[in-house]
Amino acid sequence: MKSLAFASRTRKEVTRDPLTLLFGIGFPVVLILLISLMKRSLPDMPNDVFGIQGFAPGMAVFGLSFISLFLGMLIAKDRDTSFLMRLFASPLKGSDYILGYSLPFLPIALLQGAVCFGTALFFGLTLNIHLLSGLLMLLPVSLLFIAMGLLLGSFFTYTQVGGISSILVNVAAWMSGTWFDLALVGGAFKTVCYLLPFAHAVDTVKYAIAGNYAAIGPHLLWVLGYATLLYTGAVWVFRRKMKN
Amino acid sequence: MTGIAIEGLTKRFRERTAVDDLHLSIGEGELFALLGQNGAGKTTTIRMLCGLCAPTSGDARLNGRSIVRETGAVKEMINVSPQETAVAPKLSVRENLVFMAQLYGASQAQANERADEMLAAFSLADRAQEKTKALSGGMQRRLSIAMALISEPRILFLDEPTLGLDVRARRDLWKLIEGLKGKITIVLTTHYLEEAAALADRIGIMHEGRMRVVGTVEEIERQTGAATLEEAFLQLTDTEEVSA
Repeated sequence: MKSLAFASRTRKEVTRDPLTLLFGIGFPVVLILLISLMKRSLPDMPNDVFGIQGFAPGMAVFGLSFISLFLGMLIAKDRDTSFLMRLFASPLKGSDYILGYSLPFLPIALLQGAVCFGTALFFGLTLNIHLLSGLLMLLPVSLLFIAMGLLLGSFFTYTQVGGISSILVNVAAWMSGTWFDLALVGGAFKTVCYLLPFAHAVDTVKYAIAGNYAAIGPHLLWVLGYATLLYTGAVWVFRRKMKN
Repeated sequence: MTGIAIEGLTKRFRERTAVDDLHLSIGEGELFALLGQNGAGKTTTIRMLCGLCAPTSGDARLNGRSIVRETGAVKEMINVSPQETAVAPKLSVRENLVFMAQLYGASQAQANERADEMLAAFSLADRAQEKTKALSGGMQRRLSIAMALISEPRILFLDEPTLGLDVRARRDLWKLIEGLKGKITIVLTTHYLEEAAALADRIGIMHEGRMRVVGTVEEIERQTGAATLEEAFLQLTDTEEVSA
């Protein structure tokens, strides 16, 4: 009950910020529109990267990376304004905070994904049951970005979170294989990209949408592994902050 | 009956001793003002009493419950209005109150009922639906105290509640705080000596982490031989004189 009350407050704070709509939903949609229209005019654009079946999952994951920014800034602001001090003096437990900050982002992630895929349908994304699987695969991916947001908000100030999150959003975009084929670059760059979770996140959603469920496993494991690791770290840091 | 019994409370941050062997007894229903310059140890004392940071040594009992061993029970019976205005900016006045009541275990119906009571008591009813970021500084402080009272605490900590307010807003808050006297135990920290003199049953003056004097205004003036509380304060917080 307490964690749900806290989650309701988090949801209101985030969804009432126009930046959430602008960046989390608007930005990926605009990019899908732009790239799809460009591809119609420039047929030479590589289909394996900018084809809507591959580009839409990339944009969906890109949209989720803003969750780290929204959540990190919310937590940092709570800390900066003493709101978190007020909450820490209440009988809330560590788990109530983690759930309260995390839960509202799951439906937000689904909404972001639905809008993204919905837009992509106009540009040739296939409408079938696999699209639903792709949408569901966005949930573990969102956990990854929620955990990052928890960590950022616990460590950094409000202004710092803004800067660091933009780096994160860019890293997530450039190292996920959304903008170019990682195999084309190859070498150490590709290895590093696949040591990070972002390319795995895009591949997970991409394979789900394609109905290639057998290929999802290893990529999903990477995403879940990172999410677990980051969540554990975030919970540990948050609990330490609560004690001091 | 004793509301707060502090026994040898000490807090060290590496080399610096923020609070040094504090002993103090505050009666149930008493309004106790804690005075001191910046860095005197007032806020650290309040943070320890609220369970926000653990004492290095010593303990305090709040209505018989130890802040070291029974932090959860202590948090159920206290509330705090922090130094800076600590409200959720994108939530309405009513939503802030309901949210705070629910954090302390109230059901939706109970929270709504208590919110109505607080809105009426703090003259905020006509602004109930407005976002708190639209309120003036004085109204935000009033809301902050209402949020602290909605959980019906037995002990209330007010950390510089009138800091930065204009004369009228400060006087309005004084009236509200005076109205609470005798009903709950209140610990008030302030930089304004006239505020402490006007509101408090007893005053404690801290300096460099130690409690220098405790008593009514008259008792403090008598003990220090000073003509006014301000003179006594300056005398007790003069680093050279105190060291000598």
